[in-house]
This record gives sequence, structure tokens and C-alpha cells, in this order.
Amino acid sequence: MTNRVVIVGAGQCGVSAAFTLRELGFDGEIMLVGEEAHLPYERPPLSKSAPVVAKAITSEEAYRAASIELLRSQRVTAIDRETKRVTLSDHVTLAYQHLLLATGATPRIMPSMEGAMTLRTLDDATAIFDKVDSGMHLAIVGGGFIGLELAATARRVGAAVTVIELAEQLMGRAVPPVIASVAEQRHRDEGVRIILGAKVIAATPTYVELESGRRIEADLVVAGIGAIPNTQLASSARLEVDNGIRVNASLVTSDPSIFAAGDCCNFPWAGQRIRLESWRVAKDQGAQAARAMTGHSAAHARNPWFWSDQYDLTLQVAGIVNPSWPFIRRDLGDGAFIVFQTSPAGTLRSACGIGVGNGVGKDIRLAEMLMERGVAPSPEALADPAIPLKRYLKRPEPNDNP
Amino acid sequence: MTYWVEACAEDEVEPEDVVRFDYSGKTYAIYRSPNNEFFCTAGLCTHEEAHLADGLVLDHIIECPKHNGRFDYRTGEAKGAPVCINLKTYAVKVERGRLFIAVEEARPESG
Repeated sequence: MTNRVVIVGAGQCGVSAAFTLRELGFDGEIMLVGEEAHLPYERPPLSKSAPVVAKAITSEEAYRAASIELLRSQRVTAIDRETKRVTLSDHVTLAYQHLLLATGATPRIMPSMEGAMTLRTLDDATAIFDKVDSGMHLAIVGGGFIGLELAATARRVGAAVTVIELAEQLMGRAVPPVIASVAEQRHRDEGVRIILGAKVIAATPTYVELESGRRIEADLVVAGIGAIPNTQLASSARLEVDNGIRVNASLVTSDPSIFAAGDCCNFPWAGQRIRLESWRVAKDQGAQAARAMTGHSAAHARNPWFWSDQYDLTLQVAGIVNPSWPFIRRDLGDGAFIVFQTSPAGTLRSACGIGVGNGVGKDIRLAEMLMERGVAPSPEALADPAIPLKRYLKRPEPNDNP
Repeated sequence: MTYWVEACAEDEVEPEDVVRFDYSGKTYAIYRSPNNEFFCTAGLCTHEEAHLADGLVLDHIIECPKHNGRFDYRTGEAKGAPVCINLKTYAVKVERGRLFIAVEEARPESG
């Protein structure tokens, strides 16, 4: 049997899987196949700086040193599950013992918005920021994280910016309304024009047309309205797909030799099935797939966690916000605060913070550790910044609630 | 050249915690371990330059507040992705309740 792992997708997830395999002592071949010509890079910085800064995940030398064969500008076009072989875009076929699908996601675009640009890859970011400068007008369809980060970055270089959002709140249901309001106010203070509750019926390279009949002229139109998982390869191989490639808790697909991880996979978490687009989840799941492939015990899945930087504000979320649960606010000073949620049973379930710089990072991280341990601090303690959250990590009986 | 610079009072750093110290255009992070030993590293994470003093200290690990990069603050060793570059470390000494760190820059000219 071929002692080879083929990894489809050379983003954060695929790279993490490749290096983790080596850290775990896997001594077979590792082929990491990526569509892009670039050395694998981190995507989060792409919306955060102009001009674009390409930040490699690791050096070319590191791949050589770890004997990871990186195939760039190559796609896997087919999987033959019977013979356990994949076909590459240059028609070479590769046998595998294990296959990891880390195919990522593609920006969603509505048929009426085909004139808009999208931001996912380094080439996308380069093309966008080549056009963003002082005095131009950028229209952004979608007030989610990518759109808002792009808005902040474009303002920094002096562009006029309009953000058009379908919902009445920025950043959708991913953050509590009070946090969305802080971000919204900051964008307005920075001079961004924000149009909420507006349905876009057409987006072209030079204007956005709203259902109300209003037309917003622009020098560049970018759409940031979410992404769809890249599941075509999995579907063609008749793997189970349902809003992502369906995997179990060990990230195994409906074929025991094939794993899926990162933005493309749909996985069980806390009694539900979810799909996440998150840098850290991609990295963690890549490592988790590597563990599962090499027969190591599955590491406990970490909580969803992500961050967004807009101007000098940083927003961090751990867990998943449930809009129907009450919010408990903890003020950290200098305008920074965290909003917690506990389950009906009292255990901490989500924490979302916003503030200048990295003021919320420490408490969000502590909250995440408390969630992993199922701790139930009292609402009074969560609301009181004088009560350090770290105390709950070390107490023998950590729960305030009965 | 290395010389000692007074940074702060010993009791300004809580056990299992970290404070920021800026000196001569550079920033440092000073740690107190759970068993009350003091350590000092460069102040910025080697991944994206966040101040480590805003991060979380657990045992002998400092975790960056930005993207969870982890280092052993006693040695500066990077403990895995996303950080792969170690932190520079600096010697610390305690004299009469004050902490001094050994910086490496040329001593600023007086006056």
C-alpha cells in the first residue's frame, strides 16, 4: 500500500495538516496540492492593509526541510475512490493511502452581481487595492467582516467608502447587536457611508442598484456576502455533501480513507452540525485530521474563535453567539467590553469583545478556556471586571451556579 | 554591549502575570512565574507584533492576545503555529525590591 498522504488545498488548513503529520512522526510521502502560484500565505491580512502584504505561512525552506512536496498551480480534478488515486490538472495521477480535502470556499456572488469583484485570494486583494486610492469611491456590497475590514483599510488610504447591507445590523448574527453598534458608529465616525436594510438588485463594475431604485455610482464595486464551500470534487466522488463536505467528529468523510477539514467541511459541534470559515479553525482542523490519519487519539475539538481588525479596533469572538440568549456585559475600561452568554444551565457558551488594540484578547482567551471546561461562573462575576476570570480556571469547584 | 536598566518594582508584577516595559525605543515584556521567578522577553509577538503584555500567562507560557501564538517565556521558545520564530530573552535581576533587565543596546547619551 502506498504510504502517501495527498492534501488537496494549500491554505492554512492543508499546510497545518502537512506539518502536523511530520510532527507526529509520519514518515511517508506528503503531497500538498495548491491551485495558486504563490507560496502558501495567510489570508487574514489581505483585507487589512493597503498595499497588500503577502505573509507566507512558513518559508519555502521549511517545506523542503520537512520533505513536504508542494505542488503549486495544480488542481486535483478527480478522485477515484476504488483505486485510491487522484488526478491532477496536468493529468498526472497520484495514489494515496489517505486523502485530505482542504479545498476551502469561494466567495458567493449573486447572478445580478457579476460585475462586482470579490476578495479571497492574494491576487484578488492585489487587484482590488491597485484601484483603491485617495479620491476614488469604493462601494461594498455586504456589511460582514470582510466588507468592513476592507472599508476600514480603504478609508485609511483616503478612499470614499459606501457599505450596503441587507440586514438592519452589521456583521449579521455573528456578534451581539451592542458590539455591531460600536463598529457601526466607528465606521460612521471615520466617514464611511452605511446603508442598512437595503437589497441590492444589481452590482456592476461602476454602480450598485438598490431595490428602492437608488443607484450608487462607484469607481470600484466589491461584494463580500459570504462564501460557499468548495465541494464539487467531493460531490463528483459521491462523498456526502450537505452545506460542506460532511465529516464525523474525527473529520472522516463518508469514505474512511478521505478526510475533510477547514472552510469546506461540515462537522458536528455541540449537538449541531456547523461549517465555519475561520483561520484558527482551519489550522486546528488540519492538525486534527493529521492526528486522526496517523491513529492518534482525536484531540478535543476547540471552540470556534475568530477575530476582526477594523481601524484600531479589534473584535474577538469565542463560541457561537445565540441571539435568543441574554447578554452579560463586562466593561474592561478604555471603552473595551465583552458580552458573555451562558446556557440556560449556566455554563459559559459565548464571549464577544471589542476594544482598541488587544484589550479584549486575554479575557476572551480565558472565557474560551472556561467554555472548554464547562465552567458556570455567575452572571454577577462575569459582569464584574474586578473579579478575574483566571480564578475560575484554578478553583477546585469552579461553578458559582448550583 | 549589555547593561542593567531599572524596569519597575517587584510587586508591580503579579505572580503568573506579565507587564510591559518600554525603554529606549524598544518594548519588553517582564514576567513573574507562579513560583515567583522573573523573566524578560522582547515585548512583541514574532507573528504580528502584538504586545505580549496584553496576553495571558499560564504556568510558563505566554499566549499572544492577537492570534494565540504561544511561547515559553523562560527560554523564548515558540511553541508551534502560528509562531515559528523564537522570542529574544533578557536577563532579569532583583535588587532591594526593584527589577532590572539586561538590555543590549548602546547606552543612550546623557544630556
